Amino acid sequence: MKWFKLALFPLCLVPLALLAADGYADNLGANPIEVITHSTGTWTLVFLLITLCITPLRRFTGINGLIKLRRMLGLFAFFYACLHFVTYFWLDQFFDWPAIVKDVIKRPFITVGFTSFMLLVPLALTSTNAMMKRLGGRRWQWLHRLVYVIAIGGVVHYLWLVKKDLTQPLIYAAVLSLLLGYRIVHRWRSSAARAKPSALSPQATQA
Amino acid sequence: MLIKKPADIPSSEITDQATYQSRRRFLLGSAAAVATGLALPGMASTPPAKRFADLRKSPLSVAETPNSLQDITSYNNFYEFGTDKYSPAKAAQGLRTRPWTVTVEGEVKHPKTYDIDTLMRMSPLEERIYRLRCVEGWSMVIPWVGLALGDLIKQVQPTSRAKYVEFISLHDPEQMPGQRSRVLQWPYIEGLRLDEAMHPLTLLAVGLYGEVLPNQNGAPLRLVVPWKYGFKSIKSIVRMRFVEQQPVSAWTRANAEEYGFYSNVNPEVDHPRWSQARERRIGEFSKRKTLMFNGYAEQVASLYRGMDLKKNF
Repeated sequence: MKWFKLALFPLCLVPLALLAADGYADNLGANPIEVITHSTGTWTLVFLLITLCITPLRRFTGINGLIKLRRMLGLFAFFYACLHFVTYFWLDQFFDWPAIVKDVIKRPFITVGFTSFMLLVPLALTSTNAMMKRLGGRRWQWLHRLVYVIAIGGVVHYLWLVKKDLTQPLIYAAVLSLLLGYRIVHRWRSSAARAKPSALSPQATQA
Repeated sequence: MLIKKPADIPSSEITDQATYQSRRRFLLGSAAAVATGLALPGMASTPPAKRFADLRKSPLSVAETPNSLQDITSYNNFYEFGTDKYSPAKAAQGLRTRPWTVTVEGEVKHPKTYDIDTLMRMSPLEERIYRLRCVEGWSMVIPWVGLALGDLIKQVQPTSRAKYVEFISLHDPEQMPGQRSRVLQWPYIEGLRLDEAMHPLTLLAVGLYGEVLPNQNGAPLRLVVPWKYGFKSIKSIVRMRFVEQQPVSAWTRANAEEYGFYSNVNPEVDHPRWSQARERRIGEFSKRKTLMFNGYAEQVASLYRGMDLKKNF
């Protein structure tokens, strides 16, 4: 898993590298800032969803080591979110803070996007082993359940910004529903198992 | 009139390379600091195409530098050919623009079906350099070639009952793959009040940059209403109907709260989801302030005197 993780790290940088290469070759089209904004936003969502895949994947495959990838993937989601945010206030708005504040307050899709980004910050800050210890497992886990809210916020941000064609954001919404739905079902099943331990196999009770 | 053999491009008609590249360099300079670093583009080479001869210059043209042909023909909103802006340049290549007829009907004394080539000879073609402002917040300057819609209207003579003109685009999912999706109700429909349609600025465009209109820009015939958001300037027109009732345009039908009948460019009336106060001119880095009626207030503000532009958005 350690080697896999080492190999995965540069792979996670490929989207940025491709974007940079396209930029260098002037392949970003007539509106490069729009392309950069959309690309960094898209990859934030993709990494959020990949991060949320880890737990179900771990349960399905039984490969517990997958959990070791989750922090890195989550931090990459944060990394692309930072690039997305920097693109917005630098390239798109060019540090026009009054306009940015107005946008954040007045435009629901920016409000929800900005809020989700702000909520990501404490998760990134408490992602170290030391912070995990300091908070204690239970509290840490509670805090990091914010990722569900953040992912929903991210998809809503996308849904609310498109002009008409909802196909793309709905794909993200479908994947997210699947991932969150899985968690609800799993939770419901394991609490049912706890309530009636006799009715289920001992394995299920342990989960 | 069309001259089919390629001719030299009059230097007055194209963006001077130095200007074009200096704008690009500005963008480059600002963005180079970002990890993505944008490189200087090579000038797009344009294949020889059908050029118009003897184009009249128009006093209605703006003095601003037009966007490059490359930008104008590669970044298009034309949902008949896909909902992203880069699809139409490819997907529209299959559109057959000849033979093509435009039917003018409804409340007119002389309804008629025009052959596109007859229509193009109806009055001398002019070059009109106009600003174009998209409802999404970007803009371009485009050197259109066309004739005033008013010239056509004078020929067909609207009756006293004609209050509006309804424009209808080609509906042919075979040639227009985007129409296989129901993202909008097809065919695309737009409308203007008769006085808006008669306004000297309102153009029927058949070309740009001195050449026949590329398919992705709405060939063979499109409307250009420069003081309104771009989607009002309907493309690939096959029918115009003079009517008494206000037409319902495709975008109003899709979302009446966001896209009204008038859709005049107005920095003070925001789109419900985003601000319209500023715009990004394609090729520029910083946003610029959006002008009332897209900078055409002097010519068109009188059309809307006494109207509440917030209500009639």
